[in-house]
Amino acid sequence: MQYQSQKVAMPYFIAAIGLFTGQILFGLIMGLQYVMGDFLFPAIPFNVARMVHTNLLIVWLLFGFMGAAYYMIPEETESELFSPKLALLMFWIFLVAGALTIVGYLLVPYAGLAQMTFNDLWPTMGREFLEQPLPTKLGIVVVALAFLFNISMTILKGRKTSIALVLLMGLWGLAVFFLFSFYNPSNLVLDKYFWWWTVHLWVEGVWELILGSLLAFVLIKVTGVDREIIEKWLYIIVAMTLITGIIGTGHHYYWIGTPEYWQWFGSVFSALEPIPFFMMTVFAFNMVNRRRREHPNKAATLWALGTGVMAFLGAGVWGFLHTLAPVNFYTHGTQITAAHGHMAFYGAYVMVVLTIISYAMPMMRGRAANSEKAQVMEMWAFWLMTVSIVFITLFLTAAGILQVWLQRVSETPLGFMATQDQVTLFYWLREISGVIFLIGLIVYIASFFVEGETKEAA
Amino acid sequence: MPTPSITLHNHKPGAPPGDLVIWLFIFAELLAFGIFFGAYAFSRSHHVELYNQSQLLLNRESGAINALVLITSSYFVVRAVAAIKQGFSRECANWIAGAIGLGGVFIVIKLLEFNAKFSAGISLSTNTFYMFYLSLTVFHFMHVILGMVILTAVMLKARRGGYTPEDHTGVETGASYWHMVDLVWIILFPLVYVIR
Repeated sequence: MQYQSQKVAMPYFIAAIGLFTGQILFGLIMGLQYVMGDFLFPAIPFNVARMVHTNLLIVWLLFGFMGAAYYMIPEETESELFSPKLALLMFWIFLVAGALTIVGYLLVPYAGLAQMTFNDLWPTMGREFLEQPLPTKLGIVVVALAFLFNISMTILKGRKTSIALVLLMGLWGLAVFFLFSFYNPSNLVLDKYFWWWTVHLWVEGVWELILGSLLAFVLIKVTGVDREIIEKWLYIIVAMTLITGIIGTGHHYYWIGTPEYWQWFGSVFSALEPIPFFMMTVFAFNMVNRRRREHPNKAATLWALGTGVMAFLGAGVWGFLHTLAPVNFYTHGTQITAAHGHMAFYGAYVMVVLTIISYAMPMMRGRAANSEKAQVMEMWAFWLMTVSIVFITLFLTAAGILQVWLQRVSETPLGFMATQDQVTLFYWLREISGVIFLIGLIVYIASFFVEGETKEAA
Repeated sequence: MPTPSITLHNHKPGAPPGDLVIWLFIFAELLAFGIFFGAYAFSRSHHVELYNQSQLLLNRESGAINALVLITSSYFVVRAVAAIKQGFSRECANWIAGAIGLGGVFIVIKLLEFNAKFSAGISLSTNTFYMFYLSLTVFHFMHVILGMVILTAVMLKARRGGYTPEDHTGVETGASYWHMVDLVWIILFPLVYVIR
């Protein structure tokens, strides 16, 4: 660690891992509710578990992105963070606001929560992933602005690298597109239309820029390949991401009441969305093959390579699977979507945050890499979590294919719930994979506490 | 198997002209247009009558003139590359300026054509043929603009004497991209305006 202020990333990473654990626990609860409908009812109904599962994911990834930015930016700009104190203050505000929101979800019925938090003054609640009460949404904006101010000021006074600028563009984009969560027109078509400007343009737009720059940063560090080469790759990946991803929003506009041309635009452009992800895979492997040094942190390199592969499979391949309008006509809103969602979020965003944590945490603890023993354990965690997410994806895909067939294609279609009964086996298998994922996560957390011989950071 | 690598000056014999990264980009672009052309053909096979009728209303003259304009501009960038290979920076910059000028002519003709279509009340929702006509031509139109931006950057650097007979990757990079823009129109024009 070259700059003292980088250390402010540590609480962000710790909180991220803590919330990640919460996300997985609620995933398991919900997974069980798929097969045992009244499990934990009425304490934690399915809709609440789902909301907590998805909201925790978003919040911990945001913690991860912010921690990553606080760690990377001083090193990239070659100057201390503008205000480490502000960063720390925002950490606590964000953590407390996030925790209160989750407690609110769990203790108060959702409609009551809406009433308590002035939703009638400015209705923004009740929409998937954007369920947060108004004060939380405003809090997110305040935290994001203070964070962006801190990062932007640091970049302004320091060296301006492409990695830093791409990251900054991604983070500003993240904040700007979140503003659409405050726009809630009463026309349902318009509501859905702009809802995707937050949801899609985050995960298939600006977040990919953040992903690209995090990956590029770690690859420079662990491979020692020239910055010029890495940045050229980053540019081309960013360009392809924006070209395909922005109009690719159209793949959500097939059946919501928008004009028919979206079926063509959405199909063509989103069919190309795997390209930037494939480039990332080639990029990661190419850079590691051409490495000029043997970095002692093997685990971080493994995470970086894993991100390349799993992001391509989850976001690229599983996305393409159901993105063409004629296919999506049958698969829309089935377990195929859930399969894609799980592998894409894990492969792209979970893994890239774990990559930067894997690289930065030892540095912040004063060593170039963790001990051999700790790294072996971390790599076990990598394989346990990655293999189990592959199985979760495969089982959900199987459930989805069966669901499409029984419910939408067959000569004698079944109703929704009757179909669910037919695919129970796959839900059980998914739940077992989920338990193995949790074991992987526990091993991962344990790896931070393994002692052993380490080399001091240069 | 070694993966293809990217270096700053990869002028090995047999390597494509210009920077290898621009070729990744060009292939991605051609793939995008290719998929669009394929979709056009697929859709046309289902509505042959509609396509033939709507096609008659397009302005084939302006399309043909634009094809000539772009082919000529492509010839200009060829001359620019030839010039820099002999070390004539000023001549190189002038040829590129000519190509950019012709790009401008293309833009003006296209805008007149779009204006006529929009005044006639044609939009993306008129019918499937016009959806494709407008999407393909607007998409290509934006590439012409991007190509002009790239050529302008190359021209300014050439003017400053930034390229030499030994090192002029940038000129070849810009030229390669411009040829791609031209090539797409050479396919797009007959496909959408002429072939029935």
